[in-house]
Amino acid sequence: MYAQMVKTGVDHVQSKEEMSPEERAFQDRVDQDIKIEPKEWMPEAYRKTLIRQISQHAHSEIIGMQPEGNWITRAPTLERKAILLAKVQDEAGHGLYLYCAAETLGVSRDELMGQLNSGKAKYSSIFNYPTLTWADIGAIGWLVDGAAIMNQVPLQRCSYGPYSRAMIRICKEESFHQRQGYDIMTKLARGTPEQKQMAQDALNRWWWPSLMMFGPSDAESVHSAQSMRWKIKINSNDELRQKFVDQTVPQAEYLGLTVPDPDLKWNAERGHYDFGAISWDEFYQVIAGNGPCNRDRLRTRVKAYEEGRWVREAADAYAAKKAARAKAKAA
Amino acid sequence: MTDKKEWPLWEVFIRSQHGLAHRHVGSLHAPDAEMAIKNARDVYTRRNEGVSIWVVRASDIAASSPGEKGPLFDPANSKVYRHPTFYEIPEELGHM
Repeated sequence: MYAQMVKTGVDHVQSKEEMSPEERAFQDRVDQDIKIEPKEWMPEAYRKTLIRQISQHAHSEIIGMQPEGNWITRAPTLERKAILLAKVQDEAGHGLYLYCAAETLGVSRDELMGQLNSGKAKYSSIFNYPTLTWADIGAIGWLVDGAAIMNQVPLQRCSYGPYSRAMIRICKEESFHQRQGYDIMTKLARGTPEQKQMAQDALNRWWWPSLMMFGPSDAESVHSAQSMRWKIKINSNDELRQKFVDQTVPQAEYLGLTVPDPDLKWNAERGHYDFGAISWDEFYQVIAGNGPCNRDRLRTRVKAYEEGRWVREAADAYAAKKAARAKAKAA
Repeated sequence: MTDKKEWPLWEVFIRSQHGLAHRHVGSLHAPDAEMAIKNARDVYTRRNEGVSIWVVRASDIAASSPGEKGPLFDPANSKVYRHPTFYEIPEELGHM
């Protein structure tokens, strides 16, 4: 997902007996679906895990602007260009909502930016794949945003107030993203044979990385169990992945496109699609920094930050000058 | 790699079109109030969500402490007669 394999720092899920009175009161509130708000007492591990999860999510939104930004100047029509521009601007907005939510947990924006720019912070594996053709912009909206929505809709109910509220805003905007992607795919799939082939090629390349977004199976993971106990993770990775496959396969069929998985078939008994094995080696390579675009993404991010420095300095100087003037006037 | 001085945090309040009061929508960093309003427009009103923006430096907000929630709100707890549902109105009277 936008936050993958988030560690909680615990080696087992605490039972109520092991908890301190404060921890027990906290867990009781979470169990009763009472939202936890910034200045309230919370276990240190909860706070730290949330910072990791929310900031990873924010970094993903920020880095996620790059693969799509790649096509802004080459969008096929002015309308498509305006739409893509609006979508990329939304991603920046989503990053900002999430950074704000993370900051309520006592971490500074500069610290978070520093972690991203130094390469220390993680972001979603999916954004390390290149956008080779215009059809990739369609595939990203349809598949990547579609997968993100799967995860973000339940997170609207998560236990931490500011994160939950950020998710509500994000989900409202996200469905435009998925629809515009599917709209691009529809246009191509109904176009010339070459255009349809372009759409198929994009589906071929984005299908498996999209399934990887949900992360490896976490049925046995202590971290996932703890996060679910805290209600900062609502569904297991496998559950969301299955839901995504079930929802997306008919959409591909409607377009007349073929999902690149020979093992994919409807299982009437389970009431779900069965699908083939995912190449987790590839996933681990990508999150270890060896995906097709990792280095390029980071370099672009740092370059943008450095090239914006004079703007930030000018804004600072202007604010200081105005403040000094106001002070002199008052004196 | 990061700037020396972090921009202050501003809390953002937006009044929607429906004539309601300004409502807190989130926060952002900006060097001054003017920039904070411009940034708030781009971050929080990309879909016509508002007709008016307030920004307040987060450090200027005084807040009640969550730990004192009990005693602070206690006085209202026992005053159920402040709600209309406290009173029984004879059914034959209809709506009141």
